Amino acid sequence: MLSQDTLKKIDHEVAKYPADQKQSAVMAALAHAQDEKGWLAQETIACVAEYLGMAPMAAYEVASFYNMYDLAPVGKHKLTVCTNLPCALSGGVHVADYLKQKLGIDFNETTPDGMFTLKEGECMGVCGDAPVLLMNNKRMCSYMTPEAIDKLLDELKS
Amino acid sequence: MSIQPILLAGLDASTADRTWRLADYMQRGGYAALKKILAENISPEAVINEVKKSSLRGRGGAGFPAGLKWSFMPRNYSGAKYLVCNTDEGEPGTFKDRDLMRFNPHQVIEGMAIAAYAMGVECGYNYIHGEVWDLYTRFEEALAEARAAGFIGQKILGSNFNFELFAHHGWGAYICGEETGLLESIEGKKGQPRYKPPFPASYGLYGKPTTINNTETFAAVPWIILNGGEKYLELGKPNNGGTKLFSVSGHVVKPGVYEVPMGTPFPVLLEMCGGMRNGKLKAVIPGGSSAPVLPADIIMDCTLDYDSIAKAGSMLGSGAVIVMDESVCMVKALERLSYFYFEESCGQCTPCREGTGWLYRVVHRIEHGQGRPEDLDLLNSVTENIMGRTICALGDAAALPVRSFTKHFKSEFEYHIENKKCMVPPEVQREGSNIYVTPNRVPSC
Repeated sequence: MLSQDTLKKIDHEVAKYPADQKQSAVMAALAHAQDEKGWLAQETIACVAEYLGMAPMAAYEVASFYNMYDLAPVGKHKLTVCTNLPCALSGGVHVADYLKQKLGIDFNETTPDGMFTLKEGECMGVCGDAPVLLMNNKRMCSYMTPEAIDKLLDELKS
Repeated sequence: MSIQPILLAGLDASTADRTWRLADYMQRGGYAALKKILAENISPEAVINEVKKSSLRGRGGAGFPAGLKWSFMPRNYSGAKYLVCNTDEGEPGTFKDRDLMRFNPHQVIEGMAIAAYAMGVECGYNYIHGEVWDLYTRFEEALAEARAAGFIGQKILGSNFNFELFAHHGWGAYICGEETGLLESIEGKKGQPRYKPPFPASYGLYGKPTTINNTETFAAVPWIILNGGEKYLELGKPNNGGTKLFSVSGHVVKPGVYEVPMGTPFPVLLEMCGGMRNGKLKAVIPGGSSAPVLPADIIMDCTLDYDSIAKAGSMLGSGAVIVMDESVCMVKALERLSYFYFEESCGQCTPCREGTGWLYRVVHRIEHGQGRPEDLDLLNSVTENIMGRTICALGDAAALPVRSFTKHFKSEFEYHIENKKCMVPPEVQREGSNIYVTPNRVPSC
């Protein structure tokens, strides 16, 4: 079940498309569902599909195609670091290494306390701000340095 | 030389992030072009004609003439038609549309409204890259402002012109930047590109006639209407009208977005970016990661326009200039790009799905000292078996970097294979890719 608040957000998306094209809202709906639940379990995906009047498999196809949907539980804070070439030239890989060492985890791992998950990202379209990392899919962190990362992690832990 | 911006005109870098609202845009002369068209009853044909005269070419990468594309839309089609803006900016090195969207979103809205008027379209979507959530919410706010002021919606400015516009966000898939993949994605499906023909102008969103342009293309339209197509063309050079946003990343002092006239010499742009950080220029990818890499001596002689870069053997693409100094190992750089295409291939066509994996694995083994003497021929053969054999251009985009890196920097690849290590010492590479602190920029979250 999704909360009334999430359903309201989904309704806002559905209203953008022709009445017989509710499926167009599935990407936004899955993103909102993920925000509420933390990750997308099959039941959650099925819930979204039912709400939009589409087959559960059709919604699952979308959820498994796009990188930012999490089909398994992640930590409270998912940090995605871009290591693609333009970012790497300005320290993207060093920032990822620093985070790995600081959190004691590798890419695609979660800290034992369930606070942080680290992911390697592909181009986010903000190469000029390198090094960058994206927090929980929505908060872009630009011009990251070890000091800025320390500050961010302290803020997130408290 | 003095350079007058058009797309970023009137924006002050220190306040640009706060002056995106409707009132600010109006102060900069915003929505005057849309008002002019409706007040003077300028015909849709005349609008398309003006855009044709401007020689405005698609800013997303392909460089297709915008006016010509608009004229493909069936004029007398009675059902729904759609207009789509492609802000799914995810080609490594490209971040120009982000600046337009955060500093000047109303310019994009106005450009889309004019395009909709010219093509008789009543509904549009702007597809925004998933990772830039702030842009999506800001665009929704800008749309609400434009709607309240009567610039979009029903009976715009008291005329009979109706145009509804909405924001749609992606959620992490490079392939959706391909226009038909993008349409599938708006329809709520996997973003797998479609066969063409039929082209979107006849079978697009929901199977209806659809025109898709890049964000920057739309943003240039209001200026063209106000100042005339010829004047826009004069700013650039023949067949390459206007100004262009360049996203400059890599080893320059000041990475960022720079607006310069088409035909600007590359060294001028490099100077605007503060020049090289430390080392000497080694190579530049001039048009996003899919564009063939050019060695320093070739790029330094190029001007920045579609024709000059094409003549040099690469592509202007999206205007994403990735600058590399001599600390870069070209094998390692290619390895990272090849991984990207392997990761982002949508899996629909076998040559791309399997071929991108082959490319990555072979470049990976060369980089890691396990290359074999026949590997360069193997890479070449794999690229030949991908190119031209896939539904969309991602296959070619994966092949072109491999072909150009191994062509221009062949000796580095051979050295790796023979000596099981890199020509550039590891400590030099490490220092060259260290965390860079951009002048006058502070970390922000």
